[in-house]
Amino acid sequence: MSNRRPYVRSMDGWWKRDPYFIRYMAREVSAVFVALYAIVLLFGLVRLGQGEAAFNGWLQYLKTPWMLVFHVIVLAVFCYHTWTWFNIMPKTMPIIFIGGKRLQPGTITGTGLAASVIACLAVLFIVRGMS
Amino acid sequence: MKRSNEPIFWSLFGAGGMLAALIGPALVFITGIAVPLGFIFAADTMSYSHMLAFSHHWLGKIVVLAVIALFMWHAAHRIHILLHDFGVHAVTTVRVLCYGGAFVGTVIAAYTLLTLKP
Repeated sequence: MSNRRPYVRSMDGWWKRDPYFIRYMAREVSAVFVALYAIVLLFGLVRLGQGEAAFNGWLQYLKTPWMLVFHVIVLAVFCYHTWTWFNIMPKTMPIIFIGGKRLQPGTITGTGLAASVIACLAVLFIVRGMS
Repeated sequence: MKRSNEPIFWSLFGAGGMLAALIGPALVFITGIAVPLGFIFAADTMSYSHMLAFSHHWLGKIVVLAVIALFMWHAAHRIHILLHDFGVHAVTTVRVLCYGGAFVGTVIAAYTLLTLKP
């Protein structure tokens, strides 16, 4: 009996087994696009430090069709990130009691999403006002 | 018991995730779509002189560094766990690559901001 190999269930593709895991993966993979966007901005900052010609090159690069398509995808992923971030927030933050009643998950998510809309509109107006 | 360094990385992850959730969509729309295509905002919104002036102001420096660095730390933490989920179990290598990448990005951003030409 010593050379019997015990059955070990494979973990390959475990996250495809359940819609909950697929949503988890979609949420976590959004980080790849956050990283790519940060790299694009870092590139722009380095170009800014190298002078006007270098920076204008970066600006021209942003206008290429591939970069525009890339940013449309990144925008969609960021919106998804905002949505999921505040949807899991009731689970990631400490439980809050107000007047003896627990702050409801829906209230936390709703407040977060509303704050996000306001913050985004504020950024758009500030940048428009500066230019 | 040895103290865990997890709270530090989790705080950076949380701060980056919150910043991205609050203003990320607006930033991507401005820098990646509206300004390159030239609508809504003035054509020179992201011109060299404007961006240089912005990055010379102390508040501008904080904004630029916060966005780039925190986005990177946020992503590094998630990608680090993601690789584990996909069955990459070289824990130390993955950590060094992910957090190291975010660290290098932060240093480059900070150095560039501090040594900008007048």
